[in-house]
Formats: sequence, C-alpha cells, structure tokens
Amino acid sequence: MVDAYIAITILWGFVFIYAVMATMDFGAGFWSMIYINRKNTSGTTIANRYLSPTWEVTNTFIVALVVAVYSLFPKGAYTLGTVLLIPGSIILILLTLRSAFLVFSNIADEYRKPLTFVSGICGFLIPGLLMSVLPITHGHYIDTIDGRQTLNLARLFTSPNEYAFFGFAISSTLFLSSLLLADYSKVSHEHHAYRIYRRDALILGPVSMVMALAIMVTLKKEVGWLYSGMMDNVSLLYLSLALFLVGGLALFLPSKKDGRSVIGMPRLAVIAITAQYLVASYVYGRGHLPYLVYPDVTIHSAFTDPNSFRAVFATYIVGFAILFPGFAYFWSLFMHDKKYLRKNNASD
Amino acid sequence: MSDLVIARSLFGTTMGFHIIHATIGVGLPLMILAAELLYQKTKDIEWVVMAKRWTKAFAVLLGVGIPTGTIAGMQLSLLWPGFMEVIGRVMALPFQIEIYAFFVEALFMSIYVYAAERIKPWMRIASLVLVALGGLASAVLITNVHAFQGTPAGFEIVNGEIVNVNPWEAFFNPSFFVTATHVAVSAYVVGAFVVAMVAAYKMLRAEHGSRIYRFHQKALTLSLVIGGIFSLLTAVNGHESAQMLHKYQPEKLAGAEGLFETQSYAPLAIGGVTDRESQSVKYGIEIPWALSFLAGNRFDTVVKGLNEWPESEWPPLFIHTLFNGMVFIGTFLILVAAVGIFWKRFLKKDKYPKWLLWLYVASGPLAILGIEFGWIFACTGRQPWNIYRMLSTAESVTTQTNLGPIFISFIIVYIILAAAAIFVLLHFFKKNPVHKDLDRATGGNGQLFSSNT
Ligand code: HDD
Ligand code: HEM
Ligand code: HEM
Repeated sequence: MVDAYIAITILWGFVFIYAVMATMDFGAGFWSMIYINRKNTSGTTIANRYLSPTWEVTNTFIVALVVAVYSLFPKGAYTLGTVLLIPGSIILILLTLRSAFLVFSNIADEYRKPLTFVSGICGFLIPGLLMSVLPITHGHYIDTIDGRQTLNLARLFTSPNEYAFFGFAISSTLFLSSLLLADYSKVSHEHHAYRIYRRDALILGPVSMVMALAIMVTLKKEVGWLYSGMMDNVSLLYLSLALFLVGGLALFLPSKKDGRSVIGMPRLAVIAITAQYLVASYVYGRGHLPYLVYPDVTIHSAFTDPNSFRAVFATYIVGFAILFPGFAYFWSLFMHDKKYLRKNNASD
Repeated sequence: MSDLVIARSLFGTTMGFHIIHATIGVGLPLMILAAELLYQKTKDIEWVVMAKRWTKAFAVLLGVGIPTGTIAGMQLSLLWPGFMEVIGRVMALPFQIEIYAFFVEALFMSIYVYAAERIKPWMRIASLVLVALGGLASAVLITNVHAFQGTPAGFEIVNGEIVNVNPWEAFFNPSFFVTATHVAVSAYVVGAFVVAMVAAYKMLRAEHGSRIYRFHQKALTLSLVIGGIFSLLTAVNGHESAQMLHKYQPEKLAGAEGLFETQSYAPLAIGGVTDRESQSVKYGIEIPWALSFLAGNRFDTVVKGLNEWPESEWPPLFIHTLFNGMVFIGTFLILVAAVGIFWKRFLKKDKYPKWLLWLYVASGPLAILGIEFGWIFACTGRQPWNIYRMLSTAESVTTQTNLGPIFISFIIVYIILAAAAIFVLLHFFKKNPVHKDLDRATGGNGQLFSSNT
C-alpha cells in the first residue's frame, strides 16, 4: 500500500502548488482593484503585469488538481462530488466570471474599471470558498440519510471553525500576494509600489497569524482527531512559527539596490513565508491521514486500480519532464526578463 | 422536470456552450499559423495584421473557453459522480494527458501574445505551432473519453466490482481514432468558416477594389481553401464514423436513420421525422439500398433496425433530424467552398456576387450548428446508457436533489458571458479597424501585437 502514500503525496503537492499560485493570482486581482484609482502609484500596473500572462497557467493547476483527485482516488471523488455540488457550483460560477472579466478588461481598456472590480471581488471570495472544502472533509457537516450523503450547509455556516478557515484563506491570500508583489515591484524598480506592498504585507502578516491560531483553537474544540494528529508534529508547528518570524524580520533588513539603500529583503521574506506554509500544510496533511473525507473515505479505501495508478504515474513523470523546459522558458520571459519587468508603461 | 433530466440538461447546456469556444479555439490557431507562414513566404505585412487580429479574437474566446471548460471538467464530478468513479479507475489517462496539453497551450499562448514582440520570428512560429498542437491534443483526448463511453474497453464488471483493468486498452478503445479524427477535422472546418463569415461580411460593407476589400478577400480565399479541404475530409471520415456505429452501436445508427426493421438493401431516409406509431420516417426522401451501402460498402449488408431491441433501450428518435442536419451542413460547406475556389481560380473573377458572399456569412453559424448537431446526436443517441451497456445514465447521476436553482444560475452565467464576449469583440474591432492596424504595422515601430487599444 505504498502506492496510496505516493498518490496522496502527489495530490498534496498539487494542492500546495495551486494554493501558492492561486494566492498570487487572486491576491493580485484584488490589489489591482484596490489601487486602480490612485494615479500616482503603479500598484495596479504591477499587479496586472504579473497577472496577464499567468492566470491561464494557474487555472490549469486547479483542473490538474481535480483530475488528480478522481484519477488517484475515484471513491473520494464520488463522495466529494456528491457533497460539494452546491459549494462547488458557486466556486465555479465565481471562477468563471472572474477569469472571463479579467480577460475582457485587458482587451476593452475603457471598461477596465468596472471589469476589474468584478474580477477583484470574485478573487477575494474564491479563496475563502475553496478553503471551505477543507472543513467539509473533516466530516462533521456531512449527513448520511438512507445511504445518501448530503452537506448540511446550516451547520457548516454556523461553525466557528469554518469561519476561521475562511478568514485565514482571505488574509493569507492577501498577505502572500502583497509580499510577492513587493518583491516583483522591487525587481521592476517601482519604488512607490514597493513601499505600498511592503506596508500591506506588514499589516496582513500578523492578521494571518491570528487567523491560523483561530483555526487551531476551533479545531481543538470541534475536530479532536485532527487536532491531536497535528499536535503529534508540534515541533514542526514551532518551526513554521520561526519561519514566519524570519519572514517578518526580512522586511526590515536593509539591502542595496543599484546603489540606493532600500529597507527590506522581500525575496528572503517570500522564501521564508512559502517555506512556512509548506511546513504548516505538511503538518495539517499528516494529521488528516489516513482520511480523505472523515470517517468513511480513507486513502486506502478510495485508492484507484493499481494498473491505472501505474499508468497515470508514468504520465506524470513523462509529462513534467516534457513540460519543464516550457515552464523554465515562461519564467525567464515573464519573471526574469528585466526589460519586460521595467517596460515603459505607456502601452498599458 | 426530474433531477435526472435537469442534470442532463445542465450538463448538455454547459457542453453546448463550451464547445463553441473550444472548437474555435482548436480551429483558429491553424488559421493564424497559416497566415504567419504566408507572411514568412511572401513578406506581405497584411498577413501579420491578419494573424494579430485573429489572435485578439482568440484571446477573448479563450477567456470564455477556459472557464467553461473548467466548469465542464468539474461538473462531470459534481453531476455524474458514478460515472467519474468508473472513469477514475479505468480511463483516467486521457484526462491526465490532457492536462499537459492544456499546460502547453496556456504557456505558449501567453508567450505568443504577451512576448510576441520580444521573441524571434521562428520562436513565434514555434510557439504558435505548440498552441495549435496543444488545442488539437485537448480536443482529441477529451473526445477519447467520449469514444470510450460509446465503445468501452479495457475492464470488466464482475458482481458490481470493476476488475481486469487495462488502462491502455481503454485508451485505445475501438472508436478512438475515427471519432478523434472527426472531431479534429471538423474543428478546422469551424475555424475556417468562422473566418470566412467575418471576411465576407466585411467585403459586403467595403467598396470593391479598396485596400480593405482586398484585405478581407485574402482572408476569405485562405479560409475557403482550408475550409474546403477539411470539410471534404470531415465527410469522408464521417462516413467511417457511421460504419463504426454500424459495427459497435447499431441502435444509434438505426435511430439516426429512422430504421425499424432489420433488413438488407436498406434504404437511406433523408429529411422527414421519425414516427413511432407508424414505424417509419414521414415526409422524407428515401434512396433505395443506400443505407446498406453506407453501412457496409455492399448493397446486401444487413442493417439492424430498432425493433431488435426493447423500446426502453431505444435512443430518442429525434436524433434522425440532428444527424440529417449535420450531414446537410457538411455537404453545403463542401459546395460553397468549391464554388468560391472555382470562381476565383478558374473563372478568374475577383468580385464575388452578393448572394455568394451572403452564403459565406451564413457558413460560419452553420458550421457551428454542425458541431452542435453532431455532439447532441452523439451524446443523446447513446441514451439510456452513459457507458454503453455498462453503466446507465440514471445510475451515474448525483444523488442530490433540487438541481433546478443550480441549472438556472448557470444559464444566467452563460448568458452574461456570451453577451460580454460579443460586446468586447465588437468594441475592440470597432476601435481598431483594419486600416489602423495596417498603418501601425507599416509605421515601423513594430509594436503590433501589444497594441491593445
Ligand atoms: C462541422 C461539423 C461537422 C460536419 C460538417 C459533419 N460532422 Fe459528423 N460530427 C461532428 C461534426 C461534424 C462532431 C461534432 O464533431 C461529432 C460529434 C461527436 C463526434 O465524434 O463528432 C460528429 C459525429 C458524427 C457521428 C457520430 C459518431 C458517434 O456517435 O460517436 C457520425 C456517424 C457522423 N458525425 C457522420 C458525419 C457525416 C456522414 C458527415 C457528412 C458530411 C458529417 N458527420 C459531417
Ligand atoms: C470535443 C469537445 C471539446 C473540445 C474540442 C475541447 C477543446 C478545448 C480547448 C481547445 C480548450 C482550451 C481553451 C480554448 O481554446 O477555449 C479547452 C479547455 C478546457 N476544456 Fe474543453 N473541449 C471539449 C470538451 C470538453 C469536455 C467534455 C470537458 C470536461 C471534461 C472539457 C474540459 C476542459 C477544461 C477543464 C478546459 C480548461 C483548461 C484550462 O484550464 O486550461 N472540455 N477545451
Ligand atoms: C463538446 C460537445 C458536447 C456536447 C454539445 C454534448 C452534449 C451533451 C448532451 C446534450 C447531453 C445530455 C444527453 C441526454 O441526456 O440526452 C450530454 C451528456 C453527457 N455527455 Fe456529452 N456532449 C459533448 C461532449 C462530451 C464529451 C467530450 C464527453 C466526454 C467526456 C461527454 C460526456 C457526457 C456525459 C458523461 C454525459 C452525461 C451522461 C449521459 O447523459 O449519458 N460529452 N452531452
């Protein structure tokens, strides 16, 4: 049954990659809405310059995630598909409106404002709803009547635990994205935008931390099995806290950029915070095992046919080997090309 | 409506909407590529302008195609969890490989659009080829799942358990190649005739002989050549698809032709409506022996009629009309393309008559209607099965109830999207007429692709 562990690791990897990319994507949409009226900042331009070429790639990751669920754990897909009909449909509708309007706002310049507004608002709600899938998998909101499973929405939306997850999703989306945009603006020599995003990150970091603690407190009360599972790795939770402090500190360290001294090393902060999320989500995922959806669906009972798994696993290896140069080229064109990053904004 | 009917309607609506953008998303890159290659050959800047304008339209369509595809992918799990459980165990490969195709398309599309001005011409063409291949691969792979639903292979169900799974055998199920080819070539038909539609409309509005007229005439000629070739291929391959049905899903063919009695020398019914009471096609034209010939290349081929099966296993009878519609459109497109090419190449006239231009304007919507007919025929004709003779549609539907409000919400979203997409396209091209793009291109600052306004 090693295969099931490989499979859940792949799935967890997709969740993590998508979480980071989506954070950037939705956060950037939000910031470009917030700063759209400020003439003297390039906050919106910076956010858009990041967003335009990447949203499509990010979107593909959520599709990859869903495909991974049903090809690795078909029975889990059955249960999740059944109970997530309503929240899933709401997420899909928001996601659709947001992607479409994002594209439209780039093509019809005069209507950029209202369109950016739509995509900004949706981008703010989607992470919260996506994150709500996690408390649903904890099982306490699923009723089984005559063998039919349904989601008890009333119970879900009166639970403090759900709101802790929801709040954490929003605050950490905005936190991580402001950090990344701070880094992106620094590389792009947009000093004004850099200062704004650094300030936002400094405000949102502590907020996210409080939300994370709220999750732990409500978990302890409501989802004992998960809480004790996470506490088995309490030392890693402390490591994650330490990484958070490193990230915060990095925003105050002095650094030099083209002879000018600037406060903060955003690149270091981004790395530290990403590592923090990696560690924390590992602890969460570890504590969640062996359940996919508590208490009926475990990674063993839901696991796909072994022949299928081997075939799918082979395509993962071949697929990513082929795609890797593509990702590298993409990165070098949009994240690394100084000319692109610093391009004159006249054409935006 | 029962929840099953709502689920079917909802999924069918999603697919019917996605397919419009997705098919153009497969077909248009080929047109763009042809224009880019013609530019490399002739160094005529008008081809680049064409490529740029089609790319902009493509980008807007992607803005709808990608999210609606995402809806389609997730609705499969949300509405048909029983189906996806089987697919997950047996037929995950195409979905999995499709992800890589999506990545290729997404990465290189962004590169082609947002970095067009910064990369070398050969790299631009290479990116475009990868975009086109990515789109083609998505279509072929998703069609493979559909093919599997019609001709399942690579597993057995023993006592309700799925056993003896062979994922590659499922992947290369018997109808994969025929069906995938049909979808691919018909997508190129759609891409070409959508371009023809716009070009012909603009020619009707422009003064004959003007620069603008000639510009659109070039686009029209290109699309007629490509569209003509691919509609011919579609018809040839459609014939093979029908033979595939004869072999593997005979009740679908019988439904398509309105044939009730099993017979050799079976007649082909064109038009008309299938009537359950009199067990015949009313008001249609019958061509004696033709159906037997189509099904097996011999007049004495025995074609099975619907009466071979209990009525509960019949596909809905209206699929006869859908099938006729598709074949009629296929024939029409071959003819109009041939007339146009004949007119230009052999009669050497450079002005098309008005009626012909109006036919070209109609060809775009008709081509799209063709794929809608084809798909609804293929999916509805499979009823009552979701996976042919393995899993019924009723068994695979979600156990949730009250799907009505969800159905209505999605319809509203599709209406908003369609309206917004049309509005944005019209707005963009009104503000950036061809002559502006031509000036920009000849102006020499080279920033054609990133000129967004
Ligand atoms: C421009 C679109 C278009 C055109 C002109 C045609 N088709 Fe088609 N047809 C499709 C677009 C399409 C499609 C939408 O792509 C379908 C739906 C499912 C599939 O595999 O392809 C299809 C399905 C389909 C099927 C059913 C396959 C199945 O149930 O699995 C048959 C038998 C044919 N076609 C036959 C033809 C014939 C004999 C044509 C004669 C000209 C023809 N098609 C023209
Ligand atoms: C034969 C019919 C289909 C064709 C030709 C087709 C083709 C495409 C193409 C070319 C794209 C890329 C976007 C675009 O250019 O618009 C796309 C997107 C997508 N399609 Fe379809 N598709 C079809 C049916 C389906 C079905 C049945 C599903 C669901 C299972 C699906 C799921 C998706 C998804 C998830 C995306 C978004 C991918 C992304 O995020 O990059 N498609 N489709
Ligand atoms: C892209 C064009 C497509 C269109 C317009 C289309 C249309 C439809 C329609 C109208 C239905 C409802 C049938 C009925 O209940 O009478 C349906 C059902 C369905 N289709 Fe398709 N379809 C398309 C492509 C696909 C593809 C590529 C797949 C494979 C993944 C697929 C899988 C299904 C499934 C699973 C159902 C539900 C179960 C069933 O009714 O059998 N469809 N589709």
